[in-house]
Amino acid sequence: MKMSRRKTIRSLLEGSLFVGFGGLAWSSATKALNKNDLVLRPPGAASNKQFVQSCLKCGQCVEACPYDTLKLAAPNDGISPGTPYFEPRDIPCYMCTDYPCITACPSESLEVSRIQKSTEEEASINNAQMGLAVIHKETCIAYWGIQCDACYRACPLIDKAITLDIDKNQVTKKHANLKPIVHSDYCTGCGKCEQVCVTEKAAIFILPRHIATGKVGDHYLKSWEKQDKIPTPQKDQKQKNDDVQSAMDYLNNDDILNE
Amino acid sequence: MDISRRNFIKCSAVAAAATTAGILIPKDIKAKAEQTEKDWKWDKSTCRFCGTGCGIMIATRNDKIIAVKGDPIAPVNRGLNCIKGYFNAKIMYGKDRLKQPLLRMDENGNYDKNGKFRPVSWKRAYDEIEKHMKKAMKELGPTGIGIFASGQHTVMEGYVLAKLMKAGFRSNNIDPNARHCMASAVAAFIQTFGIDEPAGNYDDIEITDTIITWGANMAEMHPILWSRASDRKLSAPERVKVVNLSTYHNRTSNIADTEIIFKPQTDLAILNYIAREIVYNHPEAIDQEFLKKYITFATGPVDTGYGMRTSNHPKFTEKEKETVVREEFKYISKEEAVTLGYLGYKEGDKMVMKNRASAGKHWTISYNEFKKALAPYTLDFVAEVSKGDPDETMESYKKKLKELAQLYIEKGRTVVSFWTMGFNQHTRGTWVNEQAYMVHLLLGKQSKPGDGAFSLTGQPSACGTAREVGIFAHRLPADMVVANPKHRKMSEKVWKLPAGTLNPKVGSHYTKIHRDIEDKKIKFAWISVNNPYMNTANANHWIRAARQEEVFMVCSEAYPGISAKVSDLILPSAMIFEKWGAYGNAERRTQHWKQQVTPVGESMSDTWQFMELAKRFKIKEVWGAQKIPGLEGGLPDVLGAAKAMGIDPEMTLFDYLFAADDAKKYQWPDKVGEGTLNTEVVGDKREFTGTDGKPWKGYGYFIQKFLWEEYRIFGVGHAHDLAYFDDYYAKGVRGLKWPVVDGKETLWRFNAKYDPYAAKEGQDFAFYGGALKSIPHGTLKGPDASKPKKNLKNRAKVFFRPYMEPAEMPDREYPLWLCTGRVLEHWHSGTMTMRVPELYRAVPQALCYMHPEDAAKHNMVDGDLIWVESRRGRVKVHLETRGRNKPPRGLIYVPWFDEKVFINKVCLDATCPISKETDFKKCSVKVYKA
Amino acid sequence: MTVKSHRYLIFRRVIQLGLLTLFIGGNYMGWNILKGNFSFSRIADTVPLADPFAVLQMLAAGFTITSEILIGSIIILALYWLLGGRIFCSWICPLNLVTDTALWLRRKLGITTDRIYMPRNSRYYILAMAIILSAIIGYAAFESISPISIWFRMLIFGTGGGWAIVLAIFLLDISVKRNGWCGHICPLGAFYGVIGRWSLMKVKYKHDNCTQCMDCFKVCPEPQVLHIVTKHNGIIQSGECTNCGRCIEVCNDKALRFSVNNFKTQNHEK
Repeated sequence: MKMSRRKTIRSLLEGSLFVGFGGLAWSSATKALNKNDLVLRPPGAASNKQFVQSCLKCGQCVEACPYDTLKLAAPNDGISPGTPYFEPRDIPCYMCTDYPCITACPSESLEVSRIQKSTEEEASINNAQMGLAVIHKETCIAYWGIQCDACYRACPLIDKAITLDIDKNQVTKKHANLKPIVHSDYCTGCGKCEQVCVTEKAAIFILPRHIATGKVGDHYLKSWEKQDKIPTPQKDQKQKNDDVQSAMDYLNNDDILNE
Repeated sequence: MDISRRNFIKCSAVAAAATTAGILIPKDIKAKAEQTEKDWKWDKSTCRFCGTGCGIMIATRNDKIIAVKGDPIAPVNRGLNCIKGYFNAKIMYGKDRLKQPLLRMDENGNYDKNGKFRPVSWKRAYDEIEKHMKKAMKELGPTGIGIFASGQHTVMEGYVLAKLMKAGFRSNNIDPNARHCMASAVAAFIQTFGIDEPAGNYDDIEITDTIITWGANMAEMHPILWSRASDRKLSAPERVKVVNLSTYHNRTSNIADTEIIFKPQTDLAILNYIAREIVYNHPEAIDQEFLKKYITFATGPVDTGYGMRTSNHPKFTEKEKETVVREEFKYISKEEAVTLGYLGYKEGDKMVMKNRASAGKHWTISYNEFKKALAPYTLDFVAEVSKGDPDETMESYKKKLKELAQLYIEKGRTVVSFWTMGFNQHTRGTWVNEQAYMVHLLLGKQSKPGDGAFSLTGQPSACGTAREVGIFAHRLPADMVVANPKHRKMSEKVWKLPAGTLNPKVGSHYTKIHRDIEDKKIKFAWISVNNPYMNTANANHWIRAARQEEVFMVCSEAYPGISAKVSDLILPSAMIFEKWGAYGNAERRTQHWKQQVTPVGESMSDTWQFMELAKRFKIKEVWGAQKIPGLEGGLPDVLGAAKAMGIDPEMTLFDYLFAADDAKKYQWPDKVGEGTLNTEVVGDKREFTGTDGKPWKGYGYFIQKFLWEEYRIFGVGHAHDLAYFDDYYAKGVRGLKWPVVDGKETLWRFNAKYDPYAAKEGQDFAFYGGALKSIPHGTLKGPDASKPKKNLKNRAKVFFRPYMEPAEMPDREYPLWLCTGRVLEHWHSGTMTMRVPELYRAVPQALCYMHPEDAAKHNMVDGDLIWVESRRGRVKVHLETRGRNKPPRGLIYVPWFDEKVFINKVCLDATCPISKETDFKKCSVKVYKA
Repeated sequence: MTVKSHRYLIFRRVIQLGLLTLFIGGNYMGWNILKGNFSFSRIADTVPLADPFAVLQMLAAGFTITSEILIGSIIILALYWLLGGRIFCSWICPLNLVTDTALWLRRKLGITTDRIYMPRNSRYYILAMAIILSAIIGYAAFESISPISIWFRMLIFGTGGGWAIVLAIFLLDISVKRNGWCGHICPLGAFYGVIGRWSLMKVKYKHDNCTQCMDCFKVCPEPQVLHIVTKHNGIIQSGECTNCGRCIEVCNDKALRFSVNNFKTQNHEK
């Protein structure tokens, strides 16, 4: 190919500009996925970052889902495009006992091992951790005393993932409130509860687990619960940077004497 | 991909979209928050749904219901509601509400049985009704017509119907859907106490130490009462015990101390076990004085069949006959050989059903005979017969039975037994109701605060209308019956009828109306405030019967449902808040309400519809001599006597029954009605064309008040006393529990401390009901005709009733029990609640609840579409092995609210031979993948 | 317009639409022939097929892949080695329907504008960028914005939001740059181009039959690959050739035909 020197310089310049700006735009586009962390993934999904990384966006899980629960994210959804997710208010996960979505996945995005409690135990959809149901008590009519509990009755793990907390209704003095309570050790986040909730905007809804759960530090253990072993702290507890200087500075500072 | 499971959601999603679009969500609420309540008008009313009878407040604006709230001073619910009550505001505004009369017509506008529904005027509709009804009556007499009535009729509607049918058309072919719901309770009340309705009231819940539920999933079916029961349990968790007896695990076990899962029908054995424990092992627990003064022992025949037709009926299929044959005879099983041993039956014996027509007869027996009959019901035997969960150990089950008996027996422990359809919908429903009274009466734990056997009602006015007004085939108002000449005489007096007008021959009960239509013995039928073509077992027969050329079906409806679909003429009906009305709940509480809004479209109340019907008949057309099958001589011609009374035979039934001077004296305007709509009385803003082709302007007098006050006369002085119409509308009144004597309600019946009628008898207790109080004496084997009849004034009867197997049980070909019922979210056939988008979303379809191992055995997984098939029919339904109801292995549960899962095609129409109530809780089925 | 002069075009469209139909049927009707999409799919629920470029990006992102995906991508690589790398672009890729339409419209409407200067090898920069960026951000960079995948998902799963980007490409091709997307930008095409350089099936040019009518240049989406035409006999060696066969079917002189690559003589057959 023949090309004048001027043209070569021009093309090089344009090329580098293109690559530079293009790359910037490109990487910012991939980062404008603000809902990625808030979205619910199919059962057996890897942690969200790993999930997005390993997902091939092939839609095998979507095709396998018998209830049309799973959808692939569109480019403007704020979710990594092409990755599967579901919105339980529309269609929840029906927790198929044969988890066809997981077995359809060719990558490590969805893995049966993630719905096994341990390698010895059999996999069960009941161990899925798609999210966690959260109740907004002020708009939950069961908390008002209305005999609703639609979520409780709809729960596939009724009496485990959702139980009823019964207490006396202090207004009527002769009725009991039957208030739904979610138990995170059983709730799979399937979203049946969110779907059936009769309030205008669901008073019980699913959040991704990493958003809806807290975490306790390793420095305190429950004495009232028998533990098989003391969990080994993740990191060495020793202070990395002993700050002798700040103690000395404090002690040597005479500001307490100065007015 | 599994298409069957995928269809699951697709179908429901499409339907959801359709129904959601149809619902009015009061936009006003959202739009003008700042104006809230300023121009709202609040008025008291009552919840449209179950028999609990919660009070609600209704807010209207611009002639629309825009909000509801629980009534804070209503004693039942104190401002709370269940999830259905929460949506009362939305039930009337479904987009597919029927707004015009619709007639099946051909292209030329002529009636055509096979034509399409097209709108017609009210006048045209009534012309057709008149034509077809008169044709049927001319051919077949008063029994040629039938009315499917309802436990959801208002008291006034029920009264109009009863008076028009019985006094006007002289037909007893009127029966309510309450037959499917409460008839067994009624029969047992009458046989045991001589008077209908529970003795206790809801206050029992707050007082009792023990709540025992028998076939009553109160948590879903009576949620507000359940929340009171839960509160009671919380108040004294150690003292208060709750036991839930059911054939499958349900929500009511939630707060139960003990859950007993028993095999269908074996409640009969369990109750006898408890009685045996009392009589044999704890005689000290028997309240001897109570027994001596107030109790008589009794029993009845057992060879009574199962309320089916005999197998020679031409419409039966060969498959059906396999079961139906037991109507004529059955072979004694191993268990029955034990329980019927007192009659000399041995295993394998053939029992011929000789007492099919006299199932209700009974006679007194001695205490020793009673005791002897209970002997076989040992713990070992009963546990063996009744353990319902194959996965439970015998020891654990026996322990529970012993605990149950102990709770009843324990001195000083108050006990309330609640039941609903588990007892009532039972081929021995009357028996099992009576057994509950047996246990309570033996222990003297009846008719006392916190102590009593309490039959809960399903429907909002099963007690108030169906039972008290008497819209049953055998009843007249205030517990009177057509077969009793004294009762007829009294009714003729109130109704100002010539003697002999009323028909003494008991009419066709609900299921029999269906059967008569199939047999063309009824050719004109009217459906009002219920859905008989969805709610009756063995539905394949009835939906075909209704479509026979010779039959004309009228259906008064608010929404299109199966019954409307199989009819020929549909009349648009006003719904609860579009009319004045009154309901009577399960604790005998009558609650009135006023019309809140103008009915939609051209819809009109059922009261109006039946009074307009009365205008189409002249007295001379109906009061002549009439043929009645099975009644020798038929009905006499009373026209002469009528003339003698000054009744002009040219008058219409309307003129005489509903518009005579004593009706017109209830004037409008009236103080109670001030500022209130009353479409029937003064018309309304719609000014639509009435049945006479003229604009509807109203009757002009206060018709609802007239109906109430005339109806009142029946009960006053007969322990059915109701208060004056105006009293129920007084400020602060939230219903009154009948009998209302001297303005005071009755809390515990038969107890002199609370019941003026008992007090009048001068003893602590008086079971003063007057029915069936003179019966023969006999032994377990039968009555002794030689001895004089016993008068049992003021006594209740303790019946011995044995355990017997139901008409159909699982076998090789149909290995599973099928039990049907309701869910909390939906009311009956779902015509109202399925149109509330939130309730629809919560439970869009009926599921088949099955034990996971049974599912695995059939290679099924959750969500699979499966067939449930019996000898009578089959339905497709999605499988659920998790969730609210958990049946033991060998039993499945399918709710009936969903017309897409038409489970009544599968159910057997066997009934209790005494009460004629269908057993919807047991038949045998097989399942396989669709 | 004759069938003969469009035989490959018709055949290509049949293949493109047929595959799409199978995929769509797999999703909506449960057909068990081809399920998934072009990123990953399975034939009859067993034989895996995977997009090797997506796999390459995932590997660059430092992600291990399952053996199923590896096998799937090897099958695809083998297939394209056999039939020509960019045979994907012209015979399979449904975005080709869009860009070919744009190309056809340009010709019909006589649009000749080329508003921006963009060298055809830009795509190789973008290809490199996709792999480098994947390594930096830790996941398949092109896969997350690929208009091809977005368009597939729109067609196969009904996922929304893809219209804008497809329209943008259509407009780019029609009014900004001839063959702008496929010939200049698409890194996936570039990737297959690299593979296609050594593939078996190629277009062969026979100088003796050529009348130098230049029709082949008019229809070729990548005319630079035809540089030996009018010059000397040989095999169209460039991997940028999509083996679309348009040049063969428009050639009335039988100067062009599909052939097997002769690796020994390379392109200097004289």
